[in-house]
Amino acid sequence: MTANATPRRLELRILRGTPMAPSPPQFESYFVEEAEGMTLFLALNEIRSQQAPSLQFDFVCRAGICGSCGMVIDGRPGLACRTLTRDHGSVITLAPLPVFEWLGDLSVNTGKWMRGMAERLETWIHTTGDPDRLSLEAPMEPAEAEAIYELDRCIECGCCVAGCGTARMREDFVGAIGLNKIARFRLDPRDERSDEDFFALIGDDDGVFGCMTLLGCHDVCPKGLPLQTQIAFLRRKMAAQALK
Amino acid sequence: MQIIYSDVLVIGGGLAGLRAAVGTRRRGHEVIILSLVPPKRSHSAAAQGGMQASLGHGAKGAGDNEDVHFEDTVRGSDWGCDQEVARLFVHTAPQAVRELAAWGVPWNRIQAGPREVVVDGRRVRINEPDDAHGMIAARDFGGTKKWRTCYVSDGTGHAMLYAMSDQAVAASIPVHERMEALALIHENGRCHGAVVRNLVSGELSAYLARATCIATGGFGRIYQISSNAVINEGIGAAIALETGLVSLGNMEAVQFHPTTIFPAGILVTEGCRGDGGLLRDAAGHRFMPDYEPEKKELASRDVVSRRMTQHMRAGHGVKTRFGDHLWLDITLLGAAHIDAKLREVKEICQHFLGIDPARDFIPVRPAQHYSMGGIRTDAHGHARGLRGLFACGEAACWDLHGFNRLGGNSVAETVVAGMIVGETMADFVESGEGDLQVSTAVVREALAQEEAHLAGLVEGRGEEDASALMAAMQTIMTEKVAIFRRGDLLESAVEELRSLLIRSRQISLRTRRHAGNPELVTAYRVQKMLKLALCVAYGALERTESRGAHYREDFPRRDDAQWLKRTLATWPRADDTLPTLSYEALDVSRMELPPGWRGYGARDAIDHPDTSARVAEVAALRDRLAGVDRHAIQSALMPFSHLVPPPFRGRNARLGDQP
Repeated sequence: MTANATPRRLELRILRGTPMAPSPPQFESYFVEEAEGMTLFLALNEIRSQQAPSLQFDFVCRAGICGSCGMVIDGRPGLACRTLTRDHGSVITLAPLPVFEWLGDLSVNTGKWMRGMAERLETWIHTTGDPDRLSLEAPMEPAEAEAIYELDRCIECGCCVAGCGTARMREDFVGAIGLNKIARFRLDPRDERSDEDFFALIGDDDGVFGCMTLLGCHDVCPKGLPLQTQIAFLRRKMAAQALK
Repeated sequence: MQIIYSDVLVIGGGLAGLRAAVGTRRRGHEVIILSLVPPKRSHSAAAQGGMQASLGHGAKGAGDNEDVHFEDTVRGSDWGCDQEVARLFVHTAPQAVRELAAWGVPWNRIQAGPREVVVDGRRVRINEPDDAHGMIAARDFGGTKKWRTCYVSDGTGHAMLYAMSDQAVAASIPVHERMEALALIHENGRCHGAVVRNLVSGELSAYLARATCIATGGFGRIYQISSNAVINEGIGAAIALETGLVSLGNMEAVQFHPTTIFPAGILVTEGCRGDGGLLRDAAGHRFMPDYEPEKKELASRDVVSRRMTQHMRAGHGVKTRFGDHLWLDITLLGAAHIDAKLREVKEICQHFLGIDPARDFIPVRPAQHYSMGGIRTDAHGHARGLRGLFACGEAACWDLHGFNRLGGNSVAETVVAGMIVGETMADFVESGEGDLQVSTAVVREALAQEEAHLAGLVEGRGEEDASALMAAMQTIMTEKVAIFRRGDLLESAVEELRSLLIRSRQISLRTRRHAGNPELVTAYRVQKMLKLALCVAYGALERTESRGAHYREDFPRRDDAQWLKRTLATWPRADDTLPTLSYEALDVSRMELPPGWRGYGARDAIDHPDTSARVAEVAALRDRLAGVDRHAIQSALMPFSHLVPPPFRGRNARLGDQP
């Protein structure tokens, strides 16, 4: 958009409602004048401060790193904060992420889902004893540390779960996020769990064998995590474990 | 009335709060964490570049130790910090890094052998020693003598927060999400917990605890242009202030980070400059060496932000219709380095600017970034003025950072302070003072007061708009209480903020309901935030000197003779429209590092009358102890070991230590 062009008038169609309300949720339209570099974070805040003070949505970092603002944007799960309006048509449709508990308007309870997943899959380093803080740290190969970080970059935004066919049908499916977590801890030499332990966590249809390989997760992951390869790899390892 | 009880209540689920909770839980106490958001969404996740700890590994870390880190921190603070706290911090930071390593943080590791790095605009080859292979790596950051900042690419805070949050899950610590503490419950100088609002249902409940900890982070959102997350509104500090008993320390000490992207204000890490990135002006000229020949782009943040602003004022900025900016050039680092070590920066540039930082310059300008000030505590994290209340992390002022925080010292502080305060709270709970003796009448009254206040807002028939007041406050702060400050501007800021505060008592809402009402949230928060803004602006007006990030154009020199003291702001009566300020002198005669020149920035401080005697005393002591082990010298200069909780005592191991 050049400085002289007439700015677009954007229509944001937003699914409005609350779980307690007697009437079902419905789309309502709001209009804003597009500004240079406008993101959905800016547009939604402008709507809330000027037109719809009760509008609920979740932003925290507004920089694409905290994972709070996952929503369905023109039919596709994504992070609203880093979605530039110029990449969309003049009508933009926004809805809350499916699968997660709905709190109202565009706000969903990803935190509850993530905590449940973390408890179930025990997404922490399993070691015995207290860390030795005064001694030199155990060395680690630089490439190994980088490989762990590659999987550790997940921001728990929930887009992969919202984009997952299995998660829509099977309430307890751990999703690509859960499988990626297991892949991350399995890769980490500091975690003392064996494949037998991991199999006990994800070796069923709510885990790695529930994935139908539609791979919507991989396509929508805002961090570009290698979910496809991790799920395939994990499935081979867990299948091998099942045959033991 | 709903009352929820625990031994310890931690308000805030970022790194500091989580670590404090894990520590007290490990001592056998029940802990509940309250968090506005799921804890992994806390602003700790936004720390990109890394955490300082003097492990001393590798070619550029060799020779580093607690002494060097200590001196860098004190110089960075412009002698405003508490030097005993700084000692406690630098001693504990290596332990924090190693603990996090054991808990799964994938710290970048050293590859032995030759490698190319960019230093001062040139590619140079360094050789990493064999014995450092696989040890935790560190990068360069501003205001440091060694490469000391341990990192995980540029997602350090994220990796730390996830490891810590998962430790809290492992310890079965409940986190009550989307909950906000609105007031502390206290009686006779003893804190009993907090009145808490459920942000979804709007319901109030009382959380009672034997120890209460505020770890709610900074208050950057009182500014219009800030790198802070939108939740960093300082409500934790405000509810402490509203007790009338607890003071906020050095609220005028506000840090502006040199490199936030223009115009969105999103941070790009200091690691960009630490790894060799340069600042350029509209003409493409690298201007920092003109101002700071020694440290150049890697002077402390206050100095770099000031020089950038000065350079833009002189007409060298890139002009746009949204204002001026400068360029951050990391093209010289190369795509491979950016893809591995600065990938969040790359993503931010792609998504928000549509540029590739391996080829294009990044438009940047300084923006509000960090709150050095906060709830005044002692070196153990116990709040002054209210027993049983503790604070840690950015919300607190214990006071590690003085008037300027070094990059990499805050994410380190979160964990270190959490470690210390976790032990302090466990000690407190186990002590004779630790029992809770609270009347239900006190709880009922506290709840009733908040209920009445919220009902007044929901039903209010005033004519003020909450978000308009918020925007007005933010504009005043960004325009008048910024990098360069002046008496007349500060005076008008204080007057305007007072008028906003009075108007904020007449807010009317368009949405008249309690549940799921963001407008109501804005309304009660802006009332609290205006008090914080007044602490900042009034503290800045009264401090007629320049120190660290607080720069007065009308009083450009650091004045140790008059101002080597900490500002304490209290709010004794609810209907006050200004904080009450008092001051706490720093004791030069006990400083390990007496005031002097920082090694960058201006060199024109007015000396404190005690400085020369202390300088002579320290020099004589060092002479007398020449050749003695450094720990013994340190201990003779300024003992601090009494402050270290037992689990963290002992000496940090380094490569090459004599057995």
